[in-house]
Amino acid sequence: MKKIFQKWFPPFLMFVMALWFFGKLQTPKEKDFAFTGFGELPVTANGRVQPMDSLARNSLLQLRERQRLYLEPWKEWYEKQKSISAIEWLANVMMNPVVADAWPVFRVDHPDLVSLLKLPEKDRAKQSDGKHFSWNQIQPVLEAFNEQNVQVQGIKGPDRNAYQRAVSQLHNQITLYARLKLAVQPGAAQDWPAELAAYEKFVPAAVAAARAQQAGEKFDEEAFKEFSGYIQAFQMMSQWEPPLILPPNGTREWRRMGDALLDVPRGVAVDTAMRDYAKMSGALAANDADVFNAALKDYKASLVPAQAQALAKSRAEVFFNQMEPFYNATVIYILAGLLAVFSWFNLSEVLRRSAVWLIGLAFVIHTIGLVYRMILEGRPPVTNLYSSAIFIGWGACLLGIILEKFYKNGIGCVVSAGIGFITLIIAHHLALEGDTMEMMRAVLDTNFWLATHVVAVTTGYASTFVAGFLALIYIVRGVFTKTLDEATGKSLARMIYGIVCFATLFSFVGTVLGGIWADQSWGRFWGWDPKENGALIIVLWNALILHLRWGGIIRERGLVVCAIGGNIVTSWSWFGVNMLGIGLHSYGFTDAAFFWLMLFVLSQLAFVALGLLPEKKWRSFRA
Amino acid sequence: MLIKKIVSLFTSLKLTVTLLAFSIVLVFVGTLAQADEGLYGAQAHYFKQWIVVGANLFGHYVPLLLPGGYLLGTLLLANLICAHIQRFQFTTKKIGIQLAHAGVIVLLVGQLATDFLARELQVNFIEGETRGYSDSAMDYELVFNDGNNVTAIPASLLKRGAELKYPSLAFTIRVKEFWRNSDLNFRPPMMKNSPSLTTNGIAAKFDFRPLPEVKTTEQKNIPTAVLELADTKNSFGDWVVSDFAGEPGIVQGIQNGYIEQVGAEMARKIAGDLAAPQSIATDGRTFTFTLRPERVRHPYSLTLLKATHTVYPGTDTPKDFRSRVRLENSTTRENREVEISMNHPLRYGGYTYYQSQMTAGDLVERAGQTPSSVLQVVRNPSWLTPYIGCVMVGLGLVIQFMKHLVGFVSKRKVK
Repeated sequence: MKKIFQKWFPPFLMFVMALWFFGKLQTPKEKDFAFTGFGELPVTANGRVQPMDSLARNSLLQLRERQRLYLEPWKEWYEKQKSISAIEWLANVMMNPVVADAWPVFRVDHPDLVSLLKLPEKDRAKQSDGKHFSWNQIQPVLEAFNEQNVQVQGIKGPDRNAYQRAVSQLHNQITLYARLKLAVQPGAAQDWPAELAAYEKFVPAAVAAARAQQAGEKFDEEAFKEFSGYIQAFQMMSQWEPPLILPPNGTREWRRMGDALLDVPRGVAVDTAMRDYAKMSGALAANDADVFNAALKDYKASLVPAQAQALAKSRAEVFFNQMEPFYNATVIYILAGLLAVFSWFNLSEVLRRSAVWLIGLAFVIHTIGLVYRMILEGRPPVTNLYSSAIFIGWGACLLGIILEKFYKNGIGCVVSAGIGFITLIIAHHLALEGDTMEMMRAVLDTNFWLATHVVAVTTGYASTFVAGFLALIYIVRGVFTKTLDEATGKSLARMIYGIVCFATLFSFVGTVLGGIWADQSWGRFWGWDPKENGALIIVLWNALILHLRWGGIIRERGLVVCAIGGNIVTSWSWFGVNMLGIGLHSYGFTDAAFFWLMLFVLSQLAFVALGLLPEKKWRSFRA
Repeated sequence: MLIKKIVSLFTSLKLTVTLLAFSIVLVFVGTLAQADEGLYGAQAHYFKQWIVVGANLFGHYVPLLLPGGYLLGTLLLANLICAHIQRFQFTTKKIGIQLAHAGVIVLLVGQLATDFLARELQVNFIEGETRGYSDSAMDYELVFNDGNNVTAIPASLLKRGAELKYPSLAFTIRVKEFWRNSDLNFRPPMMKNSPSLTTNGIAAKFDFRPLPEVKTTEQKNIPTAVLELADTKNSFGDWVVSDFAGEPGIVQGIQNGYIEQVGAEMARKIAGDLAAPQSIATDGRTFTFTLRPERVRHPYSLTLLKATHTVYPGTDTPKDFRSRVRLENSTTRENREVEISMNHPLRYGGYTYYQSQMTAGDLVERAGQTPSSVLQVVRNPSWLTPYIGCVMVGLGLVIQFMKHLVGFVSKRKVK
């Protein structure tokens, strides 16, 4: 009986977790409005065609750091809060602002800014948490805010302090919100389908009046005035640069609704896409789900011949959004890591094997996410900081699995789970900046170099982190527990050595390939750019470790301590150099990122100090 | 005995380790210092240097003494070569390691050669313009042209207080000011202006003043000099020469800048005033003079036919820069069109032309400007060394690594 349990429990556990994952893949049933279907509509934003669902999620992430909108933020964490999906929120912002403007969607963290704008403080009775505010609360204080904003915009990004950054952030949030609001209809629209029809009917008379006015003849002043009113409203919808929601129709590329409306007097007729959006808007405002769903269906049907591909790609991306592979993989990594760590203490083979099976599952989900993203983007795995975190986690997990296969002592599992978990958390925070599938700037628009240089360098990062993580395991187990026996210590040191060799190869080749790319694109192999230097330091550091080892200058413990140094230099190259705000690779950064980097470096230095403790202080080495 | 000691020092692994450690420190300090000293400043201070004295970090001066990039590079090279010679054995056992180290030698030598031999130039032209030369990106020259002869004086000689005489010139040049970076302002007519530097030439219509030198790679220094020209008999007065007037691309930029303020008509007039040639006449000869980037002439010419700048729909994010140019070479009877774009340079006549900045696209056309393009021009005889070095090191490490891995796996299998 016990044997059967030992044999079958690990796969069974994995099976349960796999079921949990598949269970989450099902789309939630919708009662009335087909918002999920609305989320599948293609739209051009941030330079690429994407589903409304992605636009909604990324916008909400930028506004309030969540992919769902929680409507009662003043409630405590243990109370049940009403919430709606990102796409339901976006549909209302675009087409039913009367409702959406009352939702607490702006997150303002800086207390000085909250009090300056006289926004409500934390007060349960007044239904405010002092952090999340609605457009209806922000709008009356816009004047006071703009005064602050004008001051801040005059200061360069890196020179701003925390308050000024908060102002600039709120400015970005307001701009984003205004853009979304102006995507489908003018800001002041009450009954958009009726207004659109009226405008269409009115255009010939208006054009006649405008022509007469220009020619200096007698003209219909009333009509002319009304016409300028329309034009002004539509110009707003063009100048604020909202997403381009109208698909190509024969002669025209993706357009903004505002531009299309401005084209009507120039003789370009209102097309079905414009009408369908207006119908959806009217139905949503009138709370009529049937009409909304019918209009949505009509619009989708009209997309099929010409835009079938865009629609299919949109659907695929919506599925990816709902799958949340990286979030789900994170949960399984945590579980697997805990099981593997426990296995060290009671040396239970069942626990270790369970961890292996779970790591396998998490790795499969992680891989699905990585590959799915690559297919959606049509790019190699790493295109920006976000995807580098995903890839480093993936590579480290793979290395951990290989180590586990050879050594079967749970260490590989902990490496996989630990680095997988940490990097996915980092990725989650990097995603707060907005669209993670952004388009590549001109010089980066080359799949060849992205596939070679970038992949090699990030593999170098991943393996250096694996060596460093192994070293952390060595020190923690050695100093704080009695589980580091001689054999385990030796095998850990051997793993570290092997991984450092591997890291040297990849970081060296990756760094030189980067130089060759630079030579190809502007004729300079090496320019001492901060990111280049960061990569060079990793290469030098790994080479230093290898030479120290070959020369016998360091042995087992020296190797361990040096490998932790690898964590520091890699984190410096990955994030630190971007914070200098100089050079070609400076992508901007947040305060939080700087804080966490410093904390990480200090923690690694603390581990170095622990590693240097005399042997008699190590619990494992005390006789 | 001493020789033996030196040899053993230069072949020792301890030296390698020490040099690697210093390299890490130097690269780290040199990177941090870029925030304060700029990329070029930091390169000169830390990397293209034998001994580094003091560093500027986070706005503070930190006293320290470090071996510079040249010293570390040279010592590493010596260390590598000595160790290589001493330990070289032709066995398959060590072939990976030896190949990798030989590759590092190739890389180091190649970079040293690049440092001494490479030249960076640029071509900045508007659509329709033909260029038979490239401009230096950093070095300037003062040029006197009497119609028959051109006398070019490197700007490095224009030091404040210097007195320059040339047999081809009938007068002496006294340098009253030389500003490595400067700014200019148009002196609007009918307004109370501060007194001008001199009433000759462009200085009558423009004010020039010194600016601190720029630190980042995106900005550019624009030098200006105030000169007094005199021969034995009489003085021709003070003259201002400036790269603002000497570079057509900059004149165009000034014109574009003024369009919004004063309208297209007036902006064109201002640009015309700025670019108006300055000259003095003596002994029946007229000398026109200007300060401009140093020129390297080519036996062929490039004409910019079309500059295209595309962005992603609905954004300002650049998607693609490309320049269509006509390449004409009378000696080889070549006349063809070439397209130069990001990551796709043109290699010709020992030079490589890379797409750099560009002023083109919808916005430029709507503003009524002529699209223009900047090509980075590089001559680097040793450009192939990194390719060779990378292959050698990569291959060497892979061989060594595979050998370890195979040994390791088979050992575990036996267990």
